[in-house]
Amino acid sequence: MPRFLMYEIDDKAVAGNTPPSPELMAEMGKLIEETTKAGILVATGGLGPNSTHVRTSGAKVSVTDGPFTETKELTGGFALVEVKSREEAIEWAKRFRKIVGDGESVVQEVFG
Amino acid sequence: MTATDSHRAIDAVWRIEAPRLIAGLTRIVRDVGLAEDLAQDALVAALEQWPESGVPDNPGAWLMATAKHRAIDRLRRDERLERKKEQLGRELQLQQEMAMADDNISTDVGDDLLRLMFISCHPILAPEARVALTLRLLASLTTEEIARAFLVPVATIAQRIVRAKRTLTEARVPFEVPTGPELTARMSSVLQVIYLVFNEGYAATAGDDLMRAGLCEDALRLGRILAGLAPKEPEVHGLVGLMEIQASRSRARVGPSGEIVLLLDQDRGRWDPLHINRGLASLERAEKLGGALGPYALQAAIAACHARARTAADTDWARIAALYDALAELMPSPVVELNRAVAVGMAFGPAAGLELVDRLVSEPSLKAYHLLPSARGDLLEKLGRSDEARAEFERAASLTQNVRERDLLLRRAAACGRGVS
Repeated sequence: MPRFLMYEIDDKAVAGNTPPSPELMAEMGKLIEETTKAGILVATGGLGPNSTHVRTSGAKVSVTDGPFTETKELTGGFALVEVKSREEAIEWAKRFRKIVGDGESVVQEVFG
Repeated sequence: MTATDSHRAIDAVWRIEAPRLIAGLTRIVRDVGLAEDLAQDALVAALEQWPESGVPDNPGAWLMATAKHRAIDRLRRDERLERKKEQLGRELQLQQEMAMADDNISTDVGDDLLRLMFISCHPILAPEARVALTLRLLASLTTEEIARAFLVPVATIAQRIVRAKRTLTEARVPFEVPTGPELTARMSSVLQVIYLVFNEGYAATAGDDLMRAGLCEDALRLGRILAGLAPKEPEVHGLVGLMEIQASRSRARVGPSGEIVLLLDQDRGRWDPLHINRGLASLERAEKLGGALGPYALQAAIAACHARARTAADTDWARIAALYDALAELMPSPVVELNRAVAVGMAFGPAAGLELVDRLVSEPSLKAYHLLPSARGDLLEKLGRSDEARAEFERAASLTQNVRERDLLLRRAAACGRGVS
């Protein structure tokens, strides 16, 4: 069953850590309800504001706390959908973008 | 965007919007065949205009508005209406209904979808017609896709759909959610159609067209939609739970060269935990609604026993046998009896299982059912009666139509008496 992960990426330095407005949350709630009722949403969740990077290089493991201003990071939340095609996942991502306004979402197929 | 790209994008929008569109139109024109024609007209218009203009902001509303214009056009052209006055009256009524439909669209769309499911699974239609119509109207599959999935000629499916729509029109089947005792019977018809679709997909083998295995996805999606539309119906959740748990094993049930791997031999690490968790949650909902003893909930509960066991040896066979007892009481059938016998054999030893299986040997409906000799062979083998076991596996192999299954049974026959089980 083709699964796609959809998530937002953002430059945190620009976006800051402003919490979403109640209106946005209500709209998001509607979209979650719609995708659930459409039978495609299999998992979703919000992401906490601070990420930690764990890197390995040879035997060395380094742990660095964010935010990381130089890269776009996964922010907001994610949705895992089961749909017929990439195009369908993209269509749902478009609907999501119309609600949340300017920004960028990533749609990636999940295997296995 | 190339023409193919934009057509694929339109296809995706269509898949999302078509069921709601057809459902809303059926409410307005009171004829599912006409509603589908109007929806198709709107799709044709979209295919003409969207590649140029881009997909509109609210594609669902665009499709609905376009289809409604077509409805009025058609009505004006409709020569079967004899009196102009009557025609005008109907047009006025239609426009009023449409205006009302606009007001209600967001709140009523779910009810319309549910009504459409009840219509397309109506008992007045033959089961195969219900299946074809449901896939067409509610899963947005094309006639060609349905034909490929069911391994039948396109013309056969096209015929089934045309006839089904005609039957519904002629019988003036009302567009409504049934109530009272009728609801239970009609709901069970809907559930049966969805599970038929799922099983057809589950029976797909490695060489089959991908459309075929895709039927499992279509059924799951239909089931989840139905669970959203009728959240208080425990059996809907039971069925969804059953399908989710069965779907969780889809990767594990086929080996590297396409061979079938039996449930107890499957690598449980390959079971999909997301589907399992969703399935267990659905089952819990069914039970909380007081539906633990419904036929689908019971089957889901049996599937859940396997899903919860970390290894095959951890399986709670006594519980499975008890669940089959309940199922056999609810819907007595030789196939359920056979499954119960297998569970009893696992829970209380092969001799106890064989005793139950032997009672089924003379059952006429199981005469050509390969799983009977297969189960009997398995029990005989465990009792060390290798020659009898081999004969049973060979007989089972000769009865199955499925090449993969036949291979597996012949392998088991060959292994009898060699200490390999």
